[in-house]
Parts: sequence; structure tokens; C-alpha cells
Amino acid sequence: MADLKTNFLGIESPNPFWLASAPPTDKEYNVRRAFEAGWGGVVWKTLGSEGPPVVNVNGPRYGAIYGADRRLLGLNNIELITDRPLETNLEEIARVKADYPDRAVIVSIMVPCEEAEWKAILPRVAETGADGIELNFGCPHGMSERGMGAAVGQVPEYIEMVTRWCKTHYDKPVIVKLTPNITDIRYPARAAKNGGADAVSLINTISSITSVNLDNFSPEPSIDGKGSHGGYCGPAVKPIAMNMVAEISRDPETQGLPISGIGGVTTWRDAAEFMSLGCGTVQVCTAAMTYGFRVVEEMKSGLSQWMDEKGYTSVSDFVGRAVPNVTDWQYLNLNYIAKAKIDQDQCIKCGRCYAACEDTSHQAISMSEERVFEVMDDECVACNLCVDVCPIEGCISMVPMQPGETDPRTGKVVQADYANWTTHPNNPMARAAE
Amino acid sequence: MAQGQMAPGIVAGRLSSDELAANFDDLHPAYAPHEAAVAADRCYFCYDAPCQTACPTEIDIPLFIRQIQTGHPEAAARTILEQNILGGMCARVCPTETLCEEACVREAAEGKPVEIGRLQRYATDTLMARGVHPFTRAASTGKRVAVVGAGPAGLACAHRLAMLGHDVVIHEARPKAGGLNEFGIAAYKATGGFAGAEVDWLLQIGGITVEQGSALGQGLTLDALRADYDAVFLSIGLAGVNALRAAGEDKDGVRDAVDFIAELRQAGDLSALPVGRNVVVIGGGMTAIDAAVQSKLLGAENVTVAYRRSRAEMGASGFEQDLAASKGVRLMFNVMPVAVHGNGAAVEIELEYTTSAGGSVTGTGETIRLAADQVFKAIGQTLEGAPEGLELDGRKIKVDGAGRTSVPGVWAGGDCASGGEDLTVTAVAEGRDAAMDIHAQLSA
Repeated sequence: MADLKTNFLGIESPNPFWLASAPPTDKEYNVRRAFEAGWGGVVWKTLGSEGPPVVNVNGPRYGAIYGADRRLLGLNNIELITDRPLETNLEEIARVKADYPDRAVIVSIMVPCEEAEWKAILPRVAETGADGIELNFGCPHGMSERGMGAAVGQVPEYIEMVTRWCKTHYDKPVIVKLTPNITDIRYPARAAKNGGADAVSLINTISSITSVNLDNFSPEPSIDGKGSHGGYCGPAVKPIAMNMVAEISRDPETQGLPISGIGGVTTWRDAAEFMSLGCGTVQVCTAAMTYGFRVVEEMKSGLSQWMDEKGYTSVSDFVGRAVPNVTDWQYLNLNYIAKAKIDQDQCIKCGRCYAACEDTSHQAISMSEERVFEVMDDECVACNLCVDVCPIEGCISMVPMQPGETDPRTGKVVQADYANWTTHPNNPMARAAE
Repeated sequence: MAQGQMAPGIVAGRLSSDELAANFDDLHPAYAPHEAAVAADRCYFCYDAPCQTACPTEIDIPLFIRQIQTGHPEAAARTILEQNILGGMCARVCPTETLCEEACVREAAEGKPVEIGRLQRYATDTLMARGVHPFTRAASTGKRVAVVGAGPAGLACAHRLAMLGHDVVIHEARPKAGGLNEFGIAAYKATGGFAGAEVDWLLQIGGITVEQGSALGQGLTLDALRADYDAVFLSIGLAGVNALRAAGEDKDGVRDAVDFIAELRQAGDLSALPVGRNVVVIGGGMTAIDAAVQSKLLGAENVTVAYRRSRAEMGASGFEQDLAASKGVRLMFNVMPVAVHGNGAAVEIELEYTTSAGGSVTGTGETIRLAADQVFKAIGQTLEGAPEGLELDGRKIKVDGAGRTSVPGVWAGGDCASGGEDLTVTAVAEGRDAAMDIHAQLSA
């Protein structure tokens, strides 16, 4: 079995699976059990300033989106940072770290944007022996109304400023957790780097309303007939998170900045994908909330098996391997031509490919009296919609045409060389460059 | 104290009331809402769906399943009932394994179709539990139509005609409406008095009068009906039963399976219903299976279905065969009855082995005797009491695609008419379609 040992910012953990800052990491009892279950590290649920703790609502904190058979696809929450006294959390963190020296213990912090506040809490966190801190610039609900969380993460100047304070008053690694509720993730990431951040983690949750009660017209989760936007997470957000991770990984200004990936990691495969896009570790919450701590067993065994199959001996062998393949649309090879192909032996004749293509795409699939569905190559633009709606995995595939063959749709011979939009004759900018 | 399986002869009360209640409980219990949601989620919403094509009443199955999935089972029921007003009964008795569910693409994909029948029942049960009727009558046309026979075809025809504004009188020979839904079909397929409740619910449309004890040949003539009404629909079923043509057929203990099934369906107390210790059912269709399984469930020790052709040729579906086998019924193939032995009452039946290659059945000369104190004949029903003057097609009333007979103003459908399989769902389709044709003619 491949070794999953991870070194992230000099912080070692037996595997790259960390529990994200969230209810599962709110107290010693949970974190001890998580470590016993095999998690490589935790980011302790966000601590606030000394003084009266925050209060939470006393009604539902979570809303959900379901797939078939009530499979939880998306979750949102309106819970705030820890509502336990600071001192209690600090004592527990110290005890847990002392008992689990081989696991990563990161402390998430969110205090007001004043240097004195950060200067006050950082030494006390340092005393716990925790391995590093994560700055919560991400929570989109509640705390943001008080100028914290996403309210900071949405202003790159604040990110840079606060990060710099932390690097000044704390000598272990500083991870900046980013909010996805912005237009371009590269700006906050650059700000974190400029402030001296050792790493960024992302994504925090997405502002969301999961549903509306159609009897009383209250958004869910409903508190006495009213709702407030919550933070969305779970499998549904993974594509959004991975794109943001990739943007930071390939941005020349932040290239090489370590990343801890967050957003819908549910299986080993999700983790491997995030890591291939440049993440040194991944953080998990919704999967643990849905299935319990022991879900990490599958993640570890699955990642290890895949690494064995691929011949990777260390996670660093594949971290970032997909980054060079993430590019701009304008650099995609326009000479690459594929055609959909339906495997008649696998086809169950549901006709979903036909409906999709006929009603909403390129009218490139024919249907016979006997319900035989076939691709018409002279109409197929290889959009992939038929593949995506087909219920049988592998039944429809996209087969690349070979150089020298003639594309029956365009009548043009497939070229072997690479050619993209930047040089395409239809591109006015390309013409201008001539 | 129950008599037990071993008590000799044909006796009542072989099993305790609790055992009987358990045995005759719902074959496919109703879905709970979450089960329905999970089952509905499996539907792929196929294009030009094969299940819909396979349904004789052409219910828009993908649509009604999607309506269940989105939380509107009543709307789903309406989608079903618009095509098939007896959708509740069909959900229970249709051989879905040879119709919609056989055609389901998930049957092809994984041998596990979407459970369309149970979903249909979930939808129709939900709507009917509300006690409301989803359709209203059109303005009265002043036209009157006679329907002869209150079975599935007659009821479907009457309902559609009433909905279109015509006044309908159903003439029914038996004391209850429903036809084979009420008097045929195994009890565990339509528990809780469903057949009767469905008829009552159907009649809520209004404009339909049921005249019981009124039948052709019993004071009713086709000529009189033609004179008194604007149109006539015949749905008289198959009242005759084929004979065994075996020696000793007249001995005590030998009877028609359809009578046994009807008696069982109407029995208030199953523990009072006698059944043999050793039961042999002759035949290979659904009636044979229904009689055999119910004999077993009543407490018969040994029940055998003896069919003169091979398993592949059996009319009863694979599902029905498996059901019988799972209840402990023995299925014998390629055997035909040659004699019932016994002194006054049946004691044994003598069967001759056959070959049925190439379609014709030939005895091999080798015989076997089975203990048989009760023998049920389930070798098919025949048209009986059809009015003179109607052209026949083989042994059924000849009709065209719209249900028109050879006599103007007279339509026919259901088991008595040519075309289609003898299924409840087919009868409903024929009754409905004849009603549309009658309506078109009366409106012309």
C-alpha cells in the first residue's frame, strides 16, 4: 500500500485527509474520535475573541439539496463560529495536540479587523502547541454582517493586512482560507501571498438559499418563518471549488503557493482530483457529516490503491500533475475533432441521447422503428451531451478522428498539427496581428 | 381447531383464521411514500417510452412516474386514469412482467425494471383514498347507450360515454358489478374489497345506471336494446367453460376453476371454504395458477398444475409460475388428463405424458396417477349466449379496430370480442375505444 504521509508547510500528517473547520472539529471529544478513526489532521472550528461567545440560532442551522434516494448532494448552514468560551477551546486544543503529536492540528481564527485583536489571540493559540493557524476569511453568513469572515475575504487589501499582522505576531504557518463569493479568486489569493501567507485553503462555503417553503414562503432553513442565506457545501460545490483551486495553481503570481483543497470531497477520487490540481492536502466536512468519521477509511484505502496502480509512492508524485493541462479556451486545439459513437451492444434503447440531441443540440442522432439510435457523423459536433445524459456508463464514447480522415460534417481533412483560436482566420484579433 | 393439511377429502377450515389472513394478504403491499420516491427515481424518462408502447391502454408512464417523483401522486393518478379508468385494478392484476415492465429499459440494462405496476397503484390509491372522482361529465347529449356486462370493458366504455355526456344503462347478470375483477382473479391481488370500491368510485362520474339480474337471454334481447337505445356495447365475457373430455369428468370433486375462484372471492369467511387435500388443476393459464395457488393457501397438502404443453408454451407468465412454485405448487408439463378415478367421488387422476413439439399435442401412451380428491378445470372459457345475427371471428364476436360488430349500432369489447389478449387492461382499452367511436357516431 502506498504511503499517504503528507508534509504540508512542514506540518506532517499520516495522510492528506484533514477535517475542515466546522462542527465536527468544535471540541475535544469529536477531534479525539476523529483521530482514532484515522483522520490525518483537523482544522479546529473557528475561535473568536475573548469575551462572551457568539450565540447561534435555536432553530434549524442546515438546509439540503437531495439527489435520488435522498442522497445528500448539497448542504448549507447558518451556524456561526464556535459558541464555546475561548479558554475552553484553547485548553482542549493543547490536550489533543499533546496526545496526538503525529496529527496536524490547525486552529481557525476569526477576530475583528484590528491588529490588537489578532495580537491578543495569537500568542494564546501558539501556547497550545498547534501546528499552525487558518484565517477564516470565508464564512459568508452572520459573521460577515459584523465585518468578519467573507467581509474580509472580499477585500484583498484587508486580506493582505491581516495576514501580515499574523505573520508578525505568530511564528508558525499561516493558512488563509478564501471565500468563493467573489468574482475572481486570483485577487484574494495574491493578496494572501503578498501578506506573507504560507498557504491558502479554499473554498469556504457559497452564499445560498437551498429551498423555499411553498406553504409559508420562508427560505430554508427557516427560523420562525424567516431565512437568511447560508453557506453552501458538499458534493454539489466541488466543480466550483476545483476551478478556483486551478486558477490559483496556474496564476503566475501565485504559482507554487501551497493549497489545502476544500469543497465536496467525498471519496478518494475527489481528493486525488483536488490534489492533481495543486492541493497538498484536502479538507472534508460534509462527507463526515453525512456518513460519520469512518468514511475516511475508504478515502485512505482508495487513494492508496490508486497510487499503487499508478506507481506513485508518495502523494507529492501527483500533486499538481493536472495543473499544466488547465489552460485558457483560446489555447484549446481546434484541430482536434471527435465524433460520438454509440455501442449498440450496451445500448438499452432509452432514447435519452436522441431526445437530448434532437430537442436541444444538433439533430445528429437518428432513431429507427426498432429503436436503434445511431450518430450521424455529418451532423455531430461532438458536444458530449449524449454521453452526459446516457444512463449507461461507457455506452457512448467520443472517438477522436485521425489526421488524414475527412470530417463528414465540414468536408475538411483532419489536420495533425495543433491550431488554436489565436491563429484562427475567423479571429479578428488574429487578423489584426498579421 | 384447524383441520390441517392432512385431513382427507374436501373439507373446510384446514388452516386457522390467522394463517388464512396472512396467506391471503396483499401480494404486493402498497408503497410507503419514500419507497415510491425511490422507485420513481429509477425511471429514465425514456423518449417514446417502450413501456408506454407496451401498455394496451397506452398510459403515459414516464409522465406519471415523474409526477410521483415531484410529489404529486394525485396528478399521476389523473394521467393514468385518463387512459385507463380501471388503473387501480390494472396496477394490481396486470401481468406487468410481460407488458410495461418487460419493455422497461432497466429490464434490459440490469434485469430489474422500474416497478411500474406498484407505482401506478401508489398513485391511484392515493387519489382514490381522497374519495373524490377526478373527472366531470360534459353537458348531456340526450343520447342513451346500453352496455351489456359490467366487467372491465363494460365499465370502461360506460365511464367514457358518461363523461362525454351520454346516459348509460349497464345490464349485468350477476348481483355485483365488476365482472372478473369481482368474481375472477386471485384474492391476494385485490384485497380489501378493492374491486367493489373501484366500481363505486367509477360510478361517481354520474349518468350510469346498473341494472342487476339483467342479461341477454333472460328477458333481454339485442333487438329490443337496439330499439330502446341509441347504441349498444356488448361486453358479456366468456361464460362457457371447456370440457376436459376425460373419463370420469362427472365425478364429485371435479369442478370449474372459475367457479371456485368466484366462490372464494365472494366468501365472507375463508375458513368455511372447503378445499381438497390433494388438488390437481388442469390447465396452463392465469386461471389455473390462481386456482392452484389459492388451493394451497387454503391449506391443501398437495397441489399440482397439470399442463398438456411445455413450460415455454404456458400461458401463465414466468412470474406467475414462480409465484406458484414459491407457494409450494407443483408444476407438471406435457401431461394431459385421460381419466378421473374414484367411486362416485374423485380419488385419483390419470395423466398421460405428451409431446407438444410443432404445436400439436400427442400422447406418448405412458401414464401417471396422482392422488386427487379435487380436480379443477381451467382449460379456457368460451363465448356463450352471444345474440344471434352477430358475425363471429373464430369463437368470438367479430369486431373491427373501433369495436364495431357486423350489426350497425352494436359494438363489442373485452374477452367476448375478437382481437387482443384476454386481459383486464385490454378489455379497458377496448371499452374506452369503442366508447370514443360510439361518441363519434352519435355526435355526427
